[in-house]
Amino acid sequence: MEQLLTIGTLLGVLHSMIRLATPYLYAAIGETLGQRSGLLNLGVEGMMLMGAYVGFYVVFTTGSLLGGVLAAALAGALLGLMMALVSVTFRAEQGISGIGMYLFGLGLSSLLFKLTLGTVQSVSGFPEVPLPLLGSIPGIGPSLFTHSVMVYAAFALVPLAAYVLNRTTWGLNIRAVGDNPQAADALGVPVAAVRYATATIGGLLAGVGGASLSISALNIFQENLTGGIGFIAVALVYFGGWRPVGVLLGVLLFSFVSALQLWLQVTGVGLPSDLAVMLPYLLTILALAVSNRRAGQPSALTKPFTRGA
Amino acid sequence: MVAAAQQAAPTISSLELFNITKRFPGVVANNRVSFEVRAGEVHALLGENGAGKSTLMKIIYGLYQPDDGQILLNGQPVTISSPQDAIARGIGMIHQHFMLVPSLTVAENVALGLKSSRGMRLDLDVVAAKVERLAASYGLRVDPRAEVSRLSVGEQQRVEIIKALYRGADLLVLDEPTAVLTPQEADDLFRMLRQMREEGRALIFISHKLREVLALCDRVTVLRDGRQVGTFPTAGMSRGELARLMVGREIAAPHAEDRAPVPVGPPLLQVRGLSSSAGAGGPALREVSFELSPGEILGLAGVSGNGQRELADVIAGLRPSSAGEISLGGAPLVGGPGERMAAGLSYIPEERMRDGAIMDFSVEENLILRDHTRPPYARGPFLDTARVSTVCRELITRFAVKTPGPQTPIKSLSGGNIQKVIMARELAREPRVLIAAQPTRGVDIGATAYIHRLLLDMRARGGAVLLISEDLDEILALADRIAVIHDGEIAAIMPRAEADPERIGLLMAGASTESLSH
Repeated sequence: MEQLLTIGTLLGVLHSMIRLATPYLYAAIGETLGQRSGLLNLGVEGMMLMGAYVGFYVVFTTGSLLGGVLAAALAGALLGLMMALVSVTFRAEQGISGIGMYLFGLGLSSLLFKLTLGTVQSVSGFPEVPLPLLGSIPGIGPSLFTHSVMVYAAFALVPLAAYVLNRTTWGLNIRAVGDNPQAADALGVPVAAVRYATATIGGLLAGVGGASLSISALNIFQENLTGGIGFIAVALVYFGGWRPVGVLLGVLLFSFVSALQLWLQVTGVGLPSDLAVMLPYLLTILALAVSNRRAGQPSALTKPFTRGA
Repeated sequence: MVAAAQQAAPTISSLELFNITKRFPGVVANNRVSFEVRAGEVHALLGENGAGKSTLMKIIYGLYQPDDGQILLNGQPVTISSPQDAIARGIGMIHQHFMLVPSLTVAENVALGLKSSRGMRLDLDVVAAKVERLAASYGLRVDPRAEVSRLSVGEQQRVEIIKALYRGADLLVLDEPTAVLTPQEADDLFRMLRQMREEGRALIFISHKLREVLALCDRVTVLRDGRQVGTFPTAGMSRGELARLMVGREIAAPHAEDRAPVPVGPPLLQVRGLSSSAGAGGPALREVSFELSPGEILGLAGVSGNGQRELADVIAGLRPSSAGEISLGGAPLVGGPGERMAAGLSYIPEERMRDGAIMDFSVEENLILRDHTRPPYARGPFLDTARVSTVCRELITRFAVKTPGPQTPIKSLSGGNIQKVIMARELAREPRVLIAAQPTRGVDIGATAYIHRLLLDMRARGGAVLLISEDLDEILALADRIAVIHDGEIAAIMPRAEADPERIGLLMAGASTESLSH
């Protein structure tokens, strides 16, 4: 048992934690912006899948990594825009339309995969590059600070989102629209435009998050590649109390347990692998149940806005 | 933030509405209404619910467009296309339900929707400094960094006013601004409004409280059923005259003989040391104790959100208590709402649309709810539709409910008539104890007088009534004893004869009884 707890294995687990956290961060930070403006997007998973597919396909055919990311972003943004159209303009029930959006993304990405690729292929994705200085620290350098650009960008999103939400006029608009759209409207804040923007950015980030799997972390695409990451990301927004830093903590906790269970499986501790795989999810459910963060919930979350109502 | 015109001299000298007509499907909300407000004037808009006050104000604020008629600002015809347009023209509105974002700070609420002096970046420090200066010029203290959800209702209202002034409002529309205030807070508000009048701002004061209209306003325009009864100077007007203009007939106030002392027996409802955890938007109850005797009305005075709803809900069995006991007629009052009703308790909830009736049901269905499983309404598992119909027709007549018929959906009735249906249902059961929470809020004067009569009748029959009201005048008119609740605690209980409004007001605001005695 004692050999399980070496510094080396811990550093390995931390390395996977950072890598695993990346797609969750993109999706959850995008979802945070949307939810702060009052939009629940349960379709993140579908947007991630489309991003993952489109990004992969562009890299597979052109070899351009930047092209892949941009294409994934565009695909996600388009789906986000669709989500906004359905829930802002047509005022659809957000929980239901989100599930529809998920199934749409799942189905379309699977169909396109079969039509264009047929079998699982691989590409050479973003390489891991050590950060200057930090990357050369012995031990934690290779573990925490040697990752792909996609990983660094995901972590950079957290302070950026926090800054936008708390320190900019646009962030104030987002928070106001999510909490009391009537009041915001009366002061001339364009409620619908704000929600369209957050939904589109949320979709864009979900698309990039999907691509972070297919052209950075795994460098493959297959049907249902994301396997529930988008849904967990939504849960982590609740867990994080709708604050980017809180969401980051939730993502790290979740990815740490995920990394740990991967490693437990590898070392073959007498834990059935099915049970090990369940661990992070059980933890999420438990954490959501015990953390009562209703206080931070945007009051207008899932409520369509009608002027004068 | 871009400097609003708050320091400059007011630029609105008059706003005139000429022959304004606004129709909605089935009703004419405003029928050729004209009135005018000038700089340096407080102009009251008086009328009952449904008289057309709100519609007229929404037209001024750009939320509605009139179907006919003209709006003249400083003598020039204008179209006010949206609230933003109204704000840009110097018109500010203080809504009855505040337009604040509770999770944001005071400064953030003020800054919302305005351009920042730093482009994309917020300049909350600049806004905060201006807010403090503006507040100080009215002798107010406002913490710009406080989160709005933590402020009292009175403080929130100040934030609303400051928000409007910050945007350079020269004309301020105040929609029933005193409804949520203690008498002292209302006095502070009046002082602030008078100062604004001196500064040459124009103020429109919407109310149905005659006393306030006479105390504050220079002129009054009375609306009734969407039509303008007239515009009058308030000088020399009496409350009686105003009431007649507003309602169009004499209103029978409760007479002295209705309030003849009823022999008071041993306590019927006893509440001892009742505590509960905090509800959503309300405080925790802390060791609430009182007694209620047959033939007595106990008035519970307090500012909204000080535990009134929690107390009523706990007694009615809708919310758990954490300590204390309640007994009715000597027997412990326990269990859910059904058991408590069976023990002789009836409850008229504060939120009548949400808790008191099912809006999509008919008048008849609402009348038989709760007792619909028992005779006379039921025969075994079946509804006895013939009996239901007879009994409901009797109730509709007896309680003077104005409805096209028993099958009419209750939501198409006026607020006063919905309340009469609920009163009919609760009183028909001949309860021993009635909890009436805000029974006349949003109810027209005629129905209010009738509901007051019903409460007095119940008292005369030897029933016990706990009357929870934010309207101090109502409590002073009806109650035999008055309890004051503040922050979940009973601050004092006193006989009506010893009650004076000023002392009750201070207790409502949280002054301790000791601090009042010297």
